[in-house]
Amino acid sequence: MKQMDKTRLPALFAATLLATTALVTWSAEAKTLRWARSQDATTLDPHSGNTGPNHVLGHNIYEPLVIRGFDGKLVGALATSWRVLPDNPSVWEFKLRPNVKFHNGNAFTADDVVFSIKRALMPAADMKSLLVSVEDVTKVDDLTVQFKTKGPNPLLVNNLTNLFIMDKEWSEANNAATPQNLKEKTENGATRNANGTGPFTLVSREPDVRTVVKKNDAYWGNAEYNHGITEIVYRPIPEAATRVAALLSGEIDYLQDVPVQDIARLQTAQGIKVEAGPENRPIFLGFNIGLPELRSSDVKGKNPLADVRVRQAINTAINRDAIQRVTMRGQSEPVGMVWSRFINGYDKAMDTWPKYDVAAAKKLLADAGYPNGFSITLHTTNDRYVNDEGIAQSVVAMLGQIGVKVTLVAHSLRVHFPGIQRGEYDFYLLGWGIPTFDSHYIFNDLYRTKTPSAGTWNGTGLSNAELDAKIDSLNSEVDTAKRNATIVDIWKWIKENDVYAPIHVQFIAGAMRSEWTIPTDVENTPKMKFLGASRS
Amino acid sequence: MVAYLIRSVVQAALVMLAVAFIAFSMFRYVGDPIASIVGQDATIRDRQELAESLGLNDPFPVQFGRFLANALQGDLGISYRQGRPVVDLLVERLPATIELALLSALFAFLIGLALGVYAALNRHGVFANIVMALSLIGVSLPTFLIGVGLIFLFAVQLRWLPSFGRGETVAFGWWTTGLLTESGLKSLIMPVVTLGFYQLTLIMRLVRAEMLEVLRTDYVKFARARGLSERAINFRHALRNTMVPVVTIAGLQLGSVIAFAIVTETVFNWPGLGALFVKSVEVVDIPVMAAYLMFVGLVFVVVNLVVDLTYFVLDPRLRGTGAVPAR
Repeated sequence: MKQMDKTRLPALFAATLLATTALVTWSAEAKTLRWARSQDATTLDPHSGNTGPNHVLGHNIYEPLVIRGFDGKLVGALATSWRVLPDNPSVWEFKLRPNVKFHNGNAFTADDVVFSIKRALMPAADMKSLLVSVEDVTKVDDLTVQFKTKGPNPLLVNNLTNLFIMDKEWSEANNAATPQNLKEKTENGATRNANGTGPFTLVSREPDVRTVVKKNDAYWGNAEYNHGITEIVYRPIPEAATRVAALLSGEIDYLQDVPVQDIARLQTAQGIKVEAGPENRPIFLGFNIGLPELRSSDVKGKNPLADVRVRQAINTAINRDAIQRVTMRGQSEPVGMVWSRFINGYDKAMDTWPKYDVAAAKKLLADAGYPNGFSITLHTTNDRYVNDEGIAQSVVAMLGQIGVKVTLVAHSLRVHFPGIQRGEYDFYLLGWGIPTFDSHYIFNDLYRTKTPSAGTWNGTGLSNAELDAKIDSLNSEVDTAKRNATIVDIWKWIKENDVYAPIHVQFIAGAMRSEWTIPTDVENTPKMKFLGASRS
Repeated sequence: MVAYLIRSVVQAALVMLAVAFIAFSMFRYVGDPIASIVGQDATIRDRQELAESLGLNDPFPVQFGRFLANALQGDLGISYRQGRPVVDLLVERLPATIELALLSALFAFLIGLALGVYAALNRHGVFANIVMALSLIGVSLPTFLIGVGLIFLFAVQLRWLPSFGRGETVAFGWWTTGLLTESGLKSLIMPVVTLGFYQLTLIMRLVRAEMLEVLRTDYVKFARARGLSERAINFRHALRNTMVPVVTIAGLQLGSVIAFAIVTETVFNWPGLGALFVKSVEVVDIPVMAAYLMFVGLVFVVVNLVVDLTYFVLDPRLRGTGAVPAR
């Protein structure tokens, strides 16, 4: 008897294997995407939070007027065409897609757009930050809306790519007419429920645990976007080791936020592949040039960083190739400016950085009057960018070679970011995502003089009235050629002044089971409906 | 008895107040919640307005007082991160943590007891010595490593058990349990072992030591002289007297199992209170952090209170004087 069992075992095993294979082929027809990443969306309310994880989940269920593909290219979603009115540069007109239905069957019309934009403009909506230029939004007819801006705004359409449209009737009937106010005591109707027009409909939502959406059979774009996914199960797994283990053990199909140190291991793992590429997010160091005397330096009575030669010296002492090769294990692209090649205003000719040269850097320091260097504190996050603390440690070592003694303070972004906004640091690391894909977004927050409504992330103390005027002129210049000329002008000024030391554009990596191909999204906001398009 | 009870409750209330005070005074060092609530596009004016409206600019005593006043009315506020009432979040997460903690405690107690008795009775046995040596590993290995090791072996290599989450759960009103589904049970195994491992070794070593102690006492010798069977001596007489300190320690440990499930929950992505707390610290979700720390404080206070009262019942010497038992 025992003997027989033993001979049977391989046969049984083979049969099981066959059955499993059959199951896999079958499931290629009805495909469930089990998707994990480090954080969950905080809410399904499309206007409450202006953060990546919220938008990622939102794009499955809701749709904006215009949307960006994996490559960052702008295409129509709920709008079919858009233009600035020829006779009035302060008005944008959007033609809406006809015959679109919300998940509950309600028809999508201009009223929903007007309602949603007004909702996103309310004080409790974080999305209002993207609509500061909007004065009013009005319905022209059922399929036409107009945005009136405070003066011409050539970039309005770029700000609408994550601005989701809700159903007016549903929102008003379900305690969701306004976004969640944190002072209220009750939960908003849109926090865990949703009624959008998107390619998937919400099946269940357990915050921090699991969100399930299924294919929307009535979706207007089903013919155009043949993604082949029938269901998405989205599960946040904060712990990096657990996240990777879940992919290796076959419990999930697609992993966002792959830790850099695991990429090599996943690439060699059987049945798993890794897609990595640059994110639209430069990483750089900021110098405080505005202070009369640095708070953390042994140089008293003057600010060494106020001398451009010192900043050039530091720029020259940073070995970007080594950071890319060693610290980032190849997962980055050095840059010569605080920009990325995806944005309007990028110029390859200007994307250069000083050659790594310790002797030249030392000479620059000596010329500036610091032959023996000086001491300074570098502040960095340790929980925000890919290997942020590792980059800062490399910089500390490199600057040590030219006599600049750097003390490193690494802390949470919750402490770091408010410090930058208050201008509390002498020397700091920061990254900057560019959601509008335009240079102005960089200038306005990082280079413009700090005021309650601009220069929010300018922790350098830089304040140059001439530069500010140029930056502000971009807001309303409708002549593209003229506007782009000003952008070039500003970048030239930046190149000469080295207020920041750009390091690289970080890569983001996604790992997936080999039957999937999900490219890197330059905004780290993969929209699964585009998968079919990228496959063909 | 009544006086003693009142004194214990007053003490408990003071402990809770102290916990709340210490917790609150630490929050300011965790960071600025505004940085998590709004995106990078929010202007400084927006940030200041939000901070003002949430009362984050008020001095510490004002914030603390407002929290206490609201908490006394049962209002723990709304989560900054999720925009949902904190009470809802806690109630949603509680079953996962309680289920995990109770099963871990049970696992640790039963296996620890069995192994401890075995090790005491077979003091020179090979297996007993192996178990004792292994228990040293259990005491010294961090929970995190045990968890990751189990995941690597049983989820990644063997693929027998799920590496994360709770599996399918069945709901009874607000309570959810994973004990009634296959995936739920499978999901429980590794977290329960990980969380219970330290307690298991602790209980095992304690049982062994106590048992050896008891076996040396005069009444055991006397029982043996009377010709009672070994089984009766070991289990009816020796084990029973071993149990008093063991049960006390195990009971007290239950509190820390619930409170310190944090690491296990993080490693296994277990949707319990500990994971919620870790997530809340990351984003400086003050209302949730405060409520969680109060909850943990409450668990310890209640456990200690129950232990105190049990002593009171057990030890007649305490009743007359009304003295607080020494622990």
